Formats: sequence, C-alpha cells, structure tokens
Amino acid sequence: MTEDDLDRNRRHFLTVATAVTGIAGAGLAAIPFISSLKPSARAQALGAPVEVPIGSLQPGEMVKVLWRGKLVYVLRRSEDMMSRLAEHSGDLRDPNSEVIEQQPEYAANATRSVRPEYLVVEGSCTHLGCAPLMDFDVRPAEDWDGGFFCPCHGSKFDLAGRVYKGVPAPTNLRVPPHRFVRDDLILIGQDTGAA
Amino acid sequence: MTKVKGFAGLLMLIACFTTSPGFAAGGGTDHRSADIDRDNVNSLQRGAANFMNYCSGCHSAQYVRYKTIGNDLDLPDEMLVDNLMFNAEKTFETIQTSMPAEDAARWFGSAPPDLSLMARAKGADYIFTFLTTFYVSKDSPTGVDNLALSGTSMPHVLWELQGYQAASFEHHENDDGSVTTSFEGFEQLTAGKMDSEDYEAFVRDTVNFLAYIAEPVRSDRRKLGVWVLIFLLFFYIIANMLKKQIWKDVK
Amino acid sequence: MARIEAEVGKPKGGFMKWIDDRFPFTETMRYHATEYYASKNFNIWYVFGVLAMVVLVLQLVTGIFLTMNYKPSAAEAFASVEYIMRDVEWGWLIRYMHSTGASFFFIVVYLHMFRAMLYGSYKKPRELIWIIGMLIFFVLMAEAFAGYLLPWGQMSYWGAQVIISLFGAIPWVGDALVEIIRGDYSISDITLNRFFALHVIALPLALIGLVFVHIVALHEVGSNNPDGIEIKEQKGANGVPLDGVAFHPYHTSKDLVAIIVFLMIFCAVVFFAPEMGGLFLEHANFEPANLTATPEHIAPVWYFTPYYAILRAVPDKLWGFILFGLSVLLPLFLPWLDRARVKSIRYRGWIYKSALTGFVITFVALGWLGLQEATPTYVLAARVFAVIYFAFFILMPYYTTIDKTKPVPDRVVYHD
Repeated sequence: MTEDDLDRNRRHFLTVATAVTGIAGAGLAAIPFISSLKPSARAQALGAPVEVPIGSLQPGEMVKVLWRGKLVYVLRRSEDMMSRLAEHSGDLRDPNSEVIEQQPEYAANATRSVRPEYLVVEGSCTHLGCAPLMDFDVRPAEDWDGGFFCPCHGSKFDLAGRVYKGVPAPTNLRVPPHRFVRDDLILIGQDTGAA
Repeated sequence: MTKVKGFAGLLMLIACFTTSPGFAAGGGTDHRSADIDRDNVNSLQRGAANFMNYCSGCHSAQYVRYKTIGNDLDLPDEMLVDNLMFNAEKTFETIQTSMPAEDAARWFGSAPPDLSLMARAKGADYIFTFLTTFYVSKDSPTGVDNLALSGTSMPHVLWELQGYQAASFEHHENDDGSVTTSFEGFEQLTAGKMDSEDYEAFVRDTVNFLAYIAEPVRSDRRKLGVWVLIFLLFFYIIANMLKKQIWKDVK
Repeated sequence: MARIEAEVGKPKGGFMKWIDDRFPFTETMRYHATEYYASKNFNIWYVFGVLAMVVLVLQLVTGIFLTMNYKPSAAEAFASVEYIMRDVEWGWLIRYMHSTGASFFFIVVYLHMFRAMLYGSYKKPRELIWIIGMLIFFVLMAEAFAGYLLPWGQMSYWGAQVIISLFGAIPWVGDALVEIIRGDYSISDITLNRFFALHVIALPLALIGLVFVHIVALHEVGSNNPDGIEIKEQKGANGVPLDGVAFHPYHTSKDLVAIIVFLMIFCAVVFFAPEMGGLFLEHANFEPANLTATPEHIAPVWYFTPYYAILRAVPDKLWGFILFGLSVLLPLFLPWLDRARVKSIRYRGWIYKSALTGFVITFVALGWLGLQEATPTYVLAARVFAVIYFAFFILMPYYTTIDKTKPVPDRVVYHD
C-alpha cells in the first residue's frame, strides 16, 4: 500500500469514528428531551389510585369515577344480570376475555371481574374513545340482554363490557387494575398485593 | 500548548464558582459558616426529622414531595409515613403546613415563608446564623430578636433545645456623629436541653436538609456531569485526530 | 486536496438528481460549504461565529421543551419553573441548559464581536455584515431581557421594573411608552404574558431571520482573516483563492473540535456550577416576585452590567438614558469611525493597539462595577471608565488616522 492509501484508510476510519460518536452523543442527548415528555411527578401524583366506596351501591346500580382523567364504571350486577351473562356468549367477539391487553389476569374470565357481583371497566369505547351509555333494560324483542351502547358509532357491549359481533369496536371494554381493599372499598389503579 | 493551559484555566475558574458561595453579605452581619456536608446521608436524615418536628408545623416546603426525599435519603415508604409525614397521607404529596396562611399572617405579622428554596435564595450560612443567633430582646413582641435578620417576626422556636441567650452590643460614636453598633458576644441566660455543640450540630443537620430540598437533584447532576465530560473528552480526541488528518496537506 | 473536493462535489445521478432538478441542494452545498473558500490561517478567534449558531440551536430546542411546561401567568410562573426543576423528568437539565445557554450566548457573541475589532472585520466590504450583526445583538439583548422576566422571581420583577422605567426618561412620550410596554400601570400578569410572547416567538423569529441574512451577506463577500487580506485577490489557475481552503471539510472539521471543547466548558457549568456563583442564576431570583419589597442589592444579569454601570454613573435620568442608549448603539458606527488603511491589528500601530487594550479593560471594569453596590468610589470609577468607553469610539476617526500602520503582505501569514 502506498502512503496515500494508508492516509485514505486512516481518514476513512476517523470519519466513521467521529460520525458514530457524534450520532451516539446526539442520541444520548435526546434521551432527556424525550423523557421529559412522559407524565411528570405531578401527573403521577394526580393519577394516583382512586378509592371507590361501594358499601351503599345497590344491586343494579352503577357509579362513574375518574381515574387518571379516565372515566371508570363500577357496576354492582344484580342476580338477574349475572344470570343472563352466559346467554348471549355466541353473539360476542371475545366472550372469554382472551385478548390479554384488555384486562388484568385476574379479570380474564367470563364475568371479567374479581368478584362476579362487581364489574369495573373503563368507560371508553374501544372503537374511538367515546363514553358508552348505560342501557340496562332487557328487551327480548330486540334480543337485548342489557349492556352498554356507544352513541358515537353504535358499538354494543354486554354487562361484562364484552363487545358484540358486527359493531365497529374491536375489543372488549378495558378493565383497569383494581383490587378490593375491604368488602366495601375498591381501589382503582393499583393491584399489587392481593387481587 | 497555550490552548491546553487556557482550557485548564477556564475549568479552574468554574471550579472557583462551584465552591465559593458567592452570597453578598447583607445586613452588616458576617454569617457564620454552616459547614454542611451535603453528601452525608445520615446528617440529611437527621435534618429531615428535625425539619418535620420543628419547622413543618409553620413552614411549608410546597415544591418538595415526600417520595423524593425517601428516594434520595434511602428512607423506605413505611418510615416516611410513620416518622416524617404529619400532614400528609400519601408519599407523593408535597410538604404542606397545617397552619392556614391567613391565620399565620395574623399571628406573626407575616406568614412564615415557604422553605423549599430558602437555602438557594439566602444561602446555608445565613440560615445557620439565623437559627443560632436568637437573643432576648424586650422590645420585640416575641421576646427575641436575631442577628441575621433584625426584627424578625419568628419566635425562638428552638428555645427548649438551645435555651435563651442575651447579646451584648457596643456602640461607637464616629467622627461624623453617627453611631455604629457592633456585636460583642452572647451570654447564656437559661440552659436548654442541648449544650451549644450539640445544638449547632442539630442546626447544621437541619440546614443541610434545607440545602438539599432547595435542589434535590444536585448530587445526581454532579454524578452525571462526570460521565458527560468523559464522553466529550473521548469525542474530542477522535474529532481532533480527524481534523489533523484533514489539515495534513494544508501548507 | 483535489481528491477530497472531488468526493463531495461530484455530479450525482438518481435520487440526488431528482432532488436537484427541483431544489438547488447540491448547488447550495457547493456555494456554502464545499466550494466556499475561507482563509486557511483562521485562529481561535474564528470559532465564535459557529459557536453562536450552536448556542442558538441549543436555546431554541431547550426553549421549546421548557415552553411545554411553563405557565406564563403571575400566579403560576414561579411555581411552574420549580415544577420543571423537580417534577418534570430531566426538566432540571433542560432548564439549566437554557439558563446557562443565555449567559454563554453573550460570552460567545461578545468574543465574536471582539474578533471583528481585532481584525477589522467590519471594514469595507463587510460593513453590512457588521450592521446585521449588531442588529442581531440588539434583538438578543431584548430576547434575554424578556426571558429574564419569565421565572417571575424577585430579580425578574425588580430588574424589569428598573429597565422598563428607564424608558420613562424619554421626554413627553416616556410615561405613555412605559405603559405601552407594560400594558398595565405596573409590571403585572399582563406584562409577563406579552414578554412571553416576545420571548418565545417574535424575537426568536427575528433572530433566526437576521442570522440567515448575516450568513448570506458573509458568504457573498467572503470571510475576513487574521491578516485582514482579501484572499480572493490572489487566485490560483483553477480560480480558487491560494490562501483559501474549502469550508467543508477543512473548517467543518476544525469547527467540530471547537464545538466539542465549547460543549465541555458548557457542560462543566451546567452540571457543576449552574448558578455560577450567582452570576448566571441570581440568588434573589429563587424568591418569588414580591411587589412590596425590593431585594437589598439589585443588579441586572452580568451581560448587561457594562451598560448598566454607565447608566448608574450619570446623575440625571434623561442623560443616563441617553448615554446608556449611546453606549449600546455606538459600535454600530465602527465601520465609519475606523479610518485606518489596514484591517488587522497585526499591521496597526501602537495607538490602536493601546486603545483596544484600554477598551477591553474598560468594558470588563464597567461590567464588574455594574455588579457592585453603587458606593461613591465605585460610581466615580464608573464615570472614569464611561469617559474612556465613549472616548474610544468618538476619538477613533482621529487616532486611527494618525496611527502608523505596517505594510500588509499579499499572502496570509501563520502565527503560532
């Protein structure tokens, strides 16, 4: 190799080394800027778990609460409601909660709940995020066992938040992490410890 | 070579600024040195306890979250809840005081200031001096005055620990007829639970904690800085070699 | 050398041709980089232009991210800055970069301006570059001033109070002008809100526009050099100036090294001394603005103090304002005040050399005095230095004419 070739090789190597170091540096420098976009300590504090007292909730009644600015429905299902859950399984897209992202493990069952009596779901339609309306009246003529109806694009869910076939919403309503602190108190947003 | 020297000089200049507190002495009193050890976690833990027990009744630290203190000072959540959190239930809350500001302003004349940034605004030495130089004064509604902040509306909260002291002043008449007052010394009137050495250690820990909450990120910032400079030094070496290679044939 | 240029400038097919048929990309790169020839004997004084660009970019990027979390209202501004410092992940780093960047902007720009004075870069044919540069400097001062109000600390508030009140010294229209600047009868939420608008959009836009024009003008005329020689007058057979080397890769590789060294100093401050002993972040600004109590000792941030010292040295409000304004404006006229036949200090006589040395000492001394309390001794000293400051400019046409200059060589000379 001539001296010229050596020079060229060295120069090529140094150019690549400088470029790689520079790009790595820029990449590292970008980390703080991108991280700063994540929810801040205050947002995390405001998004802390929410306690929902359920002692006075009667069968068939539902309360709405906000957790991290998201609407959460807490429904105490009556015996009658629970008994009808199995009846329309054939009309549902995912009756056994097999899409794992839509609920914590402990709610991946047919009632989609920790205790069958209590349903805790996010009030956000899985289609485009509208808040589904309560429509608990049973109307045998329409083959309707009671459930949630999204006014935006007509998606329908049953009383376990399971989506019906043939509507725009692709998946069941999402079940947020939650646990029973006591028999009359649900904590939404945290499930460490006992489920 | 001159470049290297110049660069070293610049770094030394920066080093001077990092160490010198650089606070203008106000009010004519030279502040005593707080002599805090910012990296001493035990001192900071004691300071946190002192702050919660003696300060937080009246003073908030509204920008400081308990959780941050727990993380930085190696205090687990249970310890925070049991020993430090008197006015809060959750560790992500900030340090608030139970005393409403309007009431405080009525009782003391002015509301006790928030202490989140006091050490950055006034300096650790100032706070150390302030907390150690309360002296008995008949003219004051609280019965005490202070060398660092004359006419302060804060009572001597730590009297149980320090006891009360009297200050003696000397008045000199200047040639132009004006009078200069100089502080001569303290005389212990009543004993406190602590001797003066223990009391100063107590105040030092507390001031250390105040300096910490004024900028909780300080220690992380300095640790990260070392790595950043090492990376840049490496980058400099490569880039400089490339520059020399490119400029080789320029005569 | 020829080999290197060929690599970058060779005609391209495919994608680059598609682009070049629609946008003058290769042509622009050639004109501004691979075939822009700048003198090969640039020394350390020639890095501050590119460093100013680096700081501008740093300020824009960090500024955008700060804006995402800052609240421009009197009730929330101070708390939102602490929110950035504590609650936003890495917010402290972004904020320190921005506050340190403000001071480094002025350090770099002052050194850049001093370079022009050393080597006569403002002289014909570069008068317009200098004037645009001075406009950049004025906008930068306004930008820094508006930005300093935003944290809404004690110094923010009272510093703005003092400087805005200055405009009240203008006869007849002063009071009305002050009200128009503030938008209120005192500095308030309204003032903060409009300063925010100026700081984050109006002035940065002006700054970017002016910087663009500054560079266009520079690349039209060509860069000066430490010898003050027009390298375009000595061209080789290929039409390339004999003393010039292509901006890319020669000056770019050199500038990269300078940028890294700069970043090392910058990061040393950001990570180890962000307050810089109270110079970059003033202690009193860690207390929220209190409309009922002025801080004991009030001084603007260091980069304004030379002019502030002149203001304080004058025992009359109107004249204080006039001389303060003049001290900022006078450098604008340097291209016509300087009558010397040579550009570079290397070929000037002892008179200009002494005058420039005296000016540097004066500028630093005024800056220091502006930070101190206004005791009678200091005010007297500030008066003496103020006289020297103005004399440097006003007497310049005279002393540069009589100063004995040395002959300028045809080709650049290396000094090292």
